[in-house]
Amino acid sequence: MAKGKVLLEVKGLRVAVAGNEILKGVDLAIREGEVHAIMGPNGSGKSTLAQVLAGHPAYAVLAGTAKYEGKDLLDMKPEERARAGVFLAFQYPVEIRGITNSYFLRSALNALRRERGEAELDPIDFLQFLEQKLKAIGWDDTMMNRPVNEGFSGGEKKRNEILQLAVLEPRLAILDETDSGLDIDALKTVAETVNKLRNPNRAFLIVTHYQRLLNYITPDVVHVLADGRIVKSGGPELAHELEAKGYDWLRDAAMVS
Amino acid sequence: MAHVEQLVGSYRAWASNGASRAPTWLKDLREGGIARFHGLGFPNMKQEAWRFTSVAPIAEGSFELAKPPARIPQIEDIRPFLLFEAGYRLVFVDGFFQPTLSTPFFDDVQSLAHVVTHRQDLVRQHLGKYAPTDDRPFSALNTAFVNEGAFVHVPAKAMIAEPIQLLFLASGDQQVVTHPRNLVVLEREARASIVETYASLGTGAYWTNSVTEIVVGDGARVDYHRVQRESERAYHVATTQTRQGRDSTVHLHTVAFGAALARHDIGAVMAGPGGRLILNGLYLLGGHQHADHHTTIDHAADHCESHEYFNGVLDQKSRGVFTGRIIVRPGAQKTDSKQTNNNLLLSADAHADSQPQLEIYADDVKCTHGSTVGPLDPRALFYLRSRGVGEEEARRLLTYGFAAEILGRMDVVALRAELDRIVRDRLAA
Repeated sequence: MAKGKVLLEVKGLRVAVAGNEILKGVDLAIREGEVHAIMGPNGSGKSTLAQVLAGHPAYAVLAGTAKYEGKDLLDMKPEERARAGVFLAFQYPVEIRGITNSYFLRSALNALRRERGEAELDPIDFLQFLEQKLKAIGWDDTMMNRPVNEGFSGGEKKRNEILQLAVLEPRLAILDETDSGLDIDALKTVAETVNKLRNPNRAFLIVTHYQRLLNYITPDVVHVLADGRIVKSGGPELAHELEAKGYDWLRDAAMVS
Repeated sequence: MAHVEQLVGSYRAWASNGASRAPTWLKDLREGGIARFHGLGFPNMKQEAWRFTSVAPIAEGSFELAKPPARIPQIEDIRPFLLFEAGYRLVFVDGFFQPTLSTPFFDDVQSLAHVVTHRQDLVRQHLGKYAPTDDRPFSALNTAFVNEGAFVHVPAKAMIAEPIQLLFLASGDQQVVTHPRNLVVLEREARASIVETYASLGTGAYWTNSVTEIVVGDGARVDYHRVQRESERAYHVATTQTRQGRDSTVHLHTVAFGAALARHDIGAVMAGPGGRLILNGLYLLGGHQHADHHTTIDHAADHCESHEYFNGVLDQKSRGVFTGRIIVRPGAQKTDSKQTNNNLLLSADAHADSQPQLEIYADDVKCTHGSTVGPLDPRALFYLRSRGVGEEEARRLLTYGFAAEILGRMDVVALRAELDRIVRDRLAA
């Protein structure tokens, strides 16, 4: 298969939060159509990388660049990144009182459509659009009329993130520990949906602590992040190796490097 | 004290003149009210129940008893305040019943002044029996001036399909006081939905001092909505008191948008086992507005369930006060009570006070409460922005959600839509 164009290119990225340097020089290139997994022990900086790419204001970029479709991603506001096609599935999705999932999704979708010069969808058109999307991924609409994430179980919250992904159709989807807190059935459902959403124009960056999600979503590239740096990259087999050997041998490698 | 004396004087003049033909029991009720008010005087901030609210603008102001409006509004004038023109409604202007604007229903949806003589036994049985006056000077003062207001009676097992609208309008810019007094009686297994609205045709600094008593019989259900959208210079003091019987349901919704100074005492007595209560309130304030909600839910019987939700949205230099008292009486076992009060501060100068007060005298009960005061959640803001929603719109959406959460619990679609429109207008301003 011919390789797609580079969609995201991160070089020498150093990031601090509250004065602590978390990312200490990350290099990463993701092409269209690829699925990359970032694995690593707790505290290695995986979630920081996901959040900083989405534009979380708590993180300070100390050095380095991140280019998305050739543009300076770090110079864009979070909403501009989203409108350009970057999507973060949150590790801890936020509850929003009084706003139904349906209303929230329509607001988000219309913000993207305005950006693309397309007509906004009214509630009726949106419901039709949503129905098609739900059908395509084989889900029902029971979550749509509830306030966003309010009273959702952990699994429902994660499913809701994937539903947003399906509706908003990003070009770069970042999944931040979407597998955590999921039982095996929910994990399979989420993985199947992600697999359905894979296509040659869309790339995924899957941040995970465990290998088990990667049993169902086969990545093209696996990176190991330890102490703020990518210490090893490889094919899907690297995930299995990590599962068998743990992270300690890599952390030691990071220390000596 | 001068103004206490002035009010007592105006009571004497009124009682010996226009109100002198009242039956003896009613005169006694009024005399009891004025004596109580005279004894109590206006509340002050040293009193626990008034810690955060000064009534000085009322106590030091000079308010004449309102006179009948010089010009009676036309239906076009009041249309903006009506949800629909069908159904039963009672319209009052400056406290005076307006037959030409109203659609009463015999002696069941009628002006109180009319039924005081036409249904004397029923009114006498209930009027003044529920709203406490012992330590409530405003309620006592209202009782002194008991005369006019709305009366709704729903016979046993009857159901009134359309919501009944009770509309209280202030007509002008005079500094006057009205004392609307409302009595709502649902007999056993009756059902009704009621919308009580206070609004203004002018921009006056008038004072409304209302009391509403709501009695809900065994197995009955009332959906009661109270909308306060007075002039932004007005003073609004109110008591809403419910008493509900066995296996009855009360959904009491209140919304406060208006008035410079508003104080609303809400009392709910769950007198029979198996009762259910939803107390659902919103205050949306700006400028220098001050609104104080003082709620008391009294679990006097076992196996009752109460859910209380109050949200405040406070902009500019406004101030919201919420006190949520929950009493679980001895023997009120299996009580299930939940209270939340969330306050959103949209400016650094806005202020909210939230105080839950739980008094639990039974051991097998479930009572929870929680309150928050703070600005918009930055995590929620980032979440919305990460989905492509711009920062301004995200702020508006989150603020709207605070109000929509409360409005969403109301069953009357036309009311929900109207309140939703008002909220959106306020947030867009």
